Amino acid sequence: MKSWRRKGGRVLGGFEQQEAAVLRGLVSQVDDMLRARAEEAPQDELAELTGIKTGPSEGPDDPVLGRLLPDFHKLDPDQPSQDEVDSAAALRSLHEPQVLDAKLGVAAELLKTLPPEGGNVKLTYEQADAWVSALNDVRLALGTALDVDDDMPEELPEDDPRSSHLGIYHWLTWVQESLVQALTE
Amino acid sequence: MEGMTTPVEAEQTLGEDTSAGDQPWQTIVWNDPVNLMSYVTYVFQKLFGYSRDHATKLMLDVHHKGRAIVTSGSKEKVEGDVAKLHAAGLWATMEQT
Repeated sequence: MKSWRRKGGRVLGGFEQQEAAVLRGLVSQVDDMLRARAEEAPQDELAELTGIKTGPSEGPDDPVLGRLLPDFHKLDPDQPSQDEVDSAAALRSLHEPQVLDAKLGVAAELLKTLPPEGGNVKLTYEQADAWVSALNDVRLALGTALDVDDDMPEELPEDDPRSSHLGIYHWLTWVQESLVQALTE
Repeated sequence: MEGMTTPVEAEQTLGEDTSAGDQPWQTIVWNDPVNLMSYVTYVFQKLFGYSRDHATKLMLDVHHKGRAIVTSGSKEKVEGDVAKLHAAGLWATMEQT
């Protein structure tokens, strides 16, 4: 794809078929993980009646989901205080459903506006804002899976199993950076 | 973000509303290796209505010092801010001052 640009109150981009397939595939995978997490939420009749959803009180075991849904307190990994553990559990239970809804919403917006066969993408600012968040979630997921750190090289040796995935990660970084520039210039 | 990752004590960085300084809870954003500097600045502007200069200063604090206090206020306000930052993909936590 070429850089995103702004024209007439819209943000314009374009994707090759293969690029669209890769991006849609990654967004769908993150979407599936988030949906599975949403289904872990306790079901109760009161929530059905009031429409106020309650999430799980424990954080996800999976490191990718853990990065997408962090704790509300910075807990000491060795000796967390019981008060903070209890408070983090209560805050997660209260707020996780809305965080999940926001992430599922931006993923759905991207999938709706990116044609599976590729081609031109024309977004309102609101849609572009959803895209930039959805791209960020995908980069967080892939970055966590690849164990990206501040010293990550541009390329890994060809025999490193992460090598091709890192290329996709760097491409997503470029797509997101370009979209933020288009939104803020 | 690229740069140092060791969390260090950041000096208290208040929002543009300086009256928030006496409030009991604060929202902290931590450095991480994935989030882009430009995106973090964009999120601070979008969620909290900060000027580009102020949002950039907070982003640079996160980048260089490992963390920055981005909002403060009542517990209810701060937990809402943390939830919004999580929705945007930033690594945020809250603590009592």
